[in-house]
Amino acid sequence: MTETTQTKQRSFPSIEFTDSEAGALEFPSSQSRSYNYYKPAKLRATMYEDVTVDVQPDPDRHLSQGWIYGFGNGPGGYPKEWTAAKSSNWHAFLDPNEEWNQTIYRNNSAVVRQVDLGLQNAKRARAYDAWNPAWLKFVERNLGAWMHAENGLALHVFTSIQRSGPTNMINTAVAVNAAHKMRFAQDLALFNLDLSEADVPFDGSAHKEVWQSAPEWQPTREVVERLTAVGDWCELLFATNIVFEQLVGSLFRTELVMQIAARNGDYITPTIVGTGEHDYDRDLSYSRNLFRLLTRDAEFGESNKVLFGEWLALWVPRCLDAAHALQPIWSQPADKSVTFADSLDAAKQKFRSLLEDLGLDTPKELDQ
Amino acid sequence: MSRQSLTKAHAKITELSWEPTFATPATRFGTDYTFEKAPKKDPLKQIMRSYFPMEEEKDNRVYGAMDGAIRGNMFRQVQQRWLEWQKLFLSIIPFPEISAARAMPMAIDAVPNPEIHNGLAVQMIDEVRHSTIQMNLKRLYMNNYIDPAGFDMTEKAFANNYAGTIGRQFGEGFITGDAITAANIYLTVVAETAFTNTLFVAMPDEAAANGDYLLPTVFHSVQSDESRHISNGYSILLMALADERNRPLLERDLRYAWWNNHCVVDAAIGTFIEYGTKDRRKDRESYAEMWRRWIYDDYYRSYLLPLEKYGLTIPHDLVEEAWNRITNKGYVHEVARFFATGWPVNYWRIDAMTDKDFEWFEEKYPGWYSKYGKWWENYNRLAYPGKNKPIAFEEVGYQYPHRCWTCMVPALIREDMVTEKVDDQWRTYCSETCYWTDAVAFRGEYDGRPTPNMGRLTGFREWETLHHNKDLADIVQDLGYVRDDGKTLIGQPHLDLDDPKKMWTLDDVRGNTFMSPNVLLNEMSDAEREAHIAAYKANGTASTHTAA
Repeated sequence: MTETTQTKQRSFPSIEFTDSEAGALEFPSSQSRSYNYYKPAKLRATMYEDVTVDVQPDPDRHLSQGWIYGFGNGPGGYPKEWTAAKSSNWHAFLDPNEEWNQTIYRNNSAVVRQVDLGLQNAKRARAYDAWNPAWLKFVERNLGAWMHAENGLALHVFTSIQRSGPTNMINTAVAVNAAHKMRFAQDLALFNLDLSEADVPFDGSAHKEVWQSAPEWQPTREVVERLTAVGDWCELLFATNIVFEQLVGSLFRTELVMQIAARNGDYITPTIVGTGEHDYDRDLSYSRNLFRLLTRDAEFGESNKVLFGEWLALWVPRCLDAAHALQPIWSQPADKSVTFADSLDAAKQKFRSLLEDLGLDTPKELDQ
Repeated sequence: MSRQSLTKAHAKITELSWEPTFATPATRFGTDYTFEKAPKKDPLKQIMRSYFPMEEEKDNRVYGAMDGAIRGNMFRQVQQRWLEWQKLFLSIIPFPEISAARAMPMAIDAVPNPEIHNGLAVQMIDEVRHSTIQMNLKRLYMNNYIDPAGFDMTEKAFANNYAGTIGRQFGEGFITGDAITAANIYLTVVAETAFTNTLFVAMPDEAAANGDYLLPTVFHSVQSDESRHISNGYSILLMALADERNRPLLERDLRYAWWNNHCVVDAAIGTFIEYGTKDRRKDRESYAEMWRRWIYDDYYRSYLLPLEKYGLTIPHDLVEEAWNRITNKGYVHEVARFFATGWPVNYWRIDAMTDKDFEWFEEKYPGWYSKYGKWWENYNRLAYPGKNKPIAFEEVGYQYPHRCWTCMVPALIREDMVTEKVDDQWRTYCSETCYWTDAVAFRGEYDGRPTPNMGRLTGFREWETLHHNKDLADIVQDLGYVRDDGKTLIGQPHLDLDDPKKMWTLDDVRGNTFMSPNVLLNEMSDAEREAHIAAYKANGTASTHTAA
C-alpha cells in the first residue's frame, strides 16, 4: 500500500488593489511632494540635498528635546565648540560634488575599472620589463612611501573628522574623502604587489623602511603623524586639504610623478596616480567651498581669517620642511625632466592662488 | 578576485599601517576599556578594489527595482495601513545609519589593531550608503504614494516628535559616551547583530505582504552589508575579552545595550509588524514568533550563549524578561495603543482594527480581546470629529502613561514602573533595568571603579514637559503637523481621505489641555505621589485594559 502524504497547503498573502497611488484623490496636502523642512539652494531641491540635509539633527534647527546622550566630560551630539572656527550658519555648506550613495559607488567603481584595466594591460604587454632600473627604484621607494601617507590620512584624518562636523553635509563630504584616500592607498599597495610579482628587480617590502627611516621622507611622515594628533576637526581639514595636500601631496603627485613617469617609459603609474589627482580635485572643491563660506561669513569671517592665518603659520613651515626634504628624490630617475625648484614653484603658485580664492593672506614663510 | 589573490592582497594592504614615532593620533573619544593585552583579531577581509564594484552592483539592482515599481504601479496595491507607519520608521532610521558611520572613528581610536581599522572604515562608507539609500526610498514614497503628508516634513518631524526621540537613542547611543560601549557593544554586538534581523529582514517581509516590495529591496540590500559589521564587532569583543579588567564593563554594557535595544526596537518594529499589516493569515508569524526565531534562537542561543565559554556572564535574565514582556505582558500591544492614543501629535495616520484583526490577535495572543479589544472599538467609535474629542481626552479607561526616563518608551507595563528621586528629580522608569541604567550604569563610577568615559543621560527627556499645560491645537501647530490648507491635521485616527468632514482640524482638537505626567508628579506632595504611584501600578496589565 502506498502511504498517502498530505500536501501542505501553500499560504501566501492576497493581493488587494487599494488605489493608493499619488493623485488618486484630492485632499489637503495631496500635492505636497517635496521635503518642506529646509530651503534648497536653488529653486528645486537636488537629490543630494534631499538625502543629506537635516539627517543629522541640530538643536538650533528642529531638535526640540536636545541631545539625549552626553559624554562624561561634555555634551553629546555634534557640539559647535569642537572647532575654534565659527559660522553663523554651518548648514549653508553644501558639497559641490553632491556625493551620496549612488555617486560614491559609480565614481569609485569607474576608477577601479580604469586601474584594473591598466594593470591587466601592463601585465599583458610586459610593460614593466622596459622600465629602467632607476625608475623601478624610484617607484619602489617613493610611491611605496607615499601610499602610507594616503592610508594614514584616510584612517586617522578623514575618517576621524567625519564624526565631528556640525552638519551632515560636512561629515558626508569628508567621509567620501576618506573613501577616496583608502581606495587610492590600496591601489598603490596592490600596484606595488603586481610589480613585486613581475619578473623585474623590484623589492615590494622596501617601502616600509623608506617610510619609517629614509631621511627624505621623515619630515613628511612627521607632518602626517602630527596631523593625526590634531583635535580640532576644522583645523585638521584645513591643514590637510588646504596646506599639506598643496605643498606636499600635489608637489609629489602632480609636479613630480605625473610629469616624469612617461618620460621614464612608464605609462601605468600616471593612470593610477591620476585617479588620486582626480580625487583630490573633488576633495579640494568641497574644502574650498567650506573655507570660503567661513572666510566670507558676515559675522565671523574676519575672526576666521585670523584663525586660519594662525593655522597657516603653524602648518606651512612644517609642510615646506617636508617638501624641501623630498628634494633628493627629484634626482633619482634617469630622465630628470623637471627640477625640484620648478616643481616647488608651481606648487607654491597654486597654493597662493587657492589662498587668494579663500581671501587669505599668503604667509611670509612661503616666500622664504 | 580569487580567494588566494584576495588573501595576498589583504596581506599587502596590512603593510600600509605603521607605528608612529613623532606623534600619535589624538584620542578624541575615550574609553574605560583597555586593550593592552589584546591579541590582534582579524575581521572579514575587504579591499576597496572589490568593495566598490560589489556595492555598485547591489545599488543597480535596488534602483532597477525602484524603476520597476513605478512602471508597475506598485502603489495601486500598497496598503495604506502599512505605508503610514513608514512615515515614522523612515523618519527615524537614516539617523541611526549615519550615526553608525560617525561611530567608526570612535572604535578606531579605541582599538589598537590596524586590520580592524580597515574594516571599520569600510563600514563607515556602508553606513553612508544605508542612510542615503533609505532617504531616497522615502522620497520615492513621498512622490508616489497617495498621502505625502508626514513624508514631506520627515526630518523635522523626527526631530520634534515623542516617538522620534525614542528612536533617536538608536543612533545617539552609537556616537556618545565610552567609545567601546557606544560603537562596539551597543551598536555592533547588540543592535546590528541582534536587532537588524527584525528591523531589516522580518519587517520588510511584512512590507511585501502589504504590497510594498521596495522596502524589502532596499533593506535586504542594506542587511547584506551587516555580516561584515557583525564581524568587526565580534573581533573587537574578543579583543576586549582578553583582559580581565574589561569583564565588568562588558557585562554592564551587555545589560544596558540588550535592554535598551529591546525597549526601543521591539516597541517600534513590533508595532509596525503587528498593527501595520493587513495580512491576517493564521499561519503568518506574529512578531513574538519572529522574535523567537530571529532574536532568541539566532542571536541569544547561537551568538550570546557561546560567549560564556570565555567566562562572560551574559544577561540571561534580561533575555527571558524581554521574551516575557512580549509574550505575557503585552509590550507591543501596549505600545501600539499608546501610539494610537497620541494620534493628534503623530505625523502619520493609524488605521482602526477590525473584527478580522481582533480574531488574528486573539489567535496569536490568547486573551488579547479582553485586554485591548474594547479600547480599539472605542478608537473606531471616536475616529471622526464633531461629536467627540480625540480619544486621549475621552473616558475610555486609559490613563496617559508616565514616560521612562531612560528608554523614553512610557512605563506601559504599569506594575513594573519604578519611581525614584534621581539627581534631585522624581523620575519614572519602565523597569528596574532602565532605573539601573540611569542611576548606576551611566555614571562616572561603576562598581567601585572610576568610569569617566561613560556617557550621561541628558536633554529634555520627557517630551511632554515641553508642551505642559498647552492647548492641544497649539501644540500641533507648533510642531508643524498641519496640512497645507493650514488647518487639517497630518495625523488622523483613520485612513479615510475621501471625505473632508472626516478629517480632524485644529478647531476640532482645540480646548483640550495637555499635561505632563512628570511635571505633575514632581508637583505632588509625598503622600499624593505615593497614592498616585500605587494607583498607577495597580492599574497594571491585568486590569488596565477594561475599557469604560
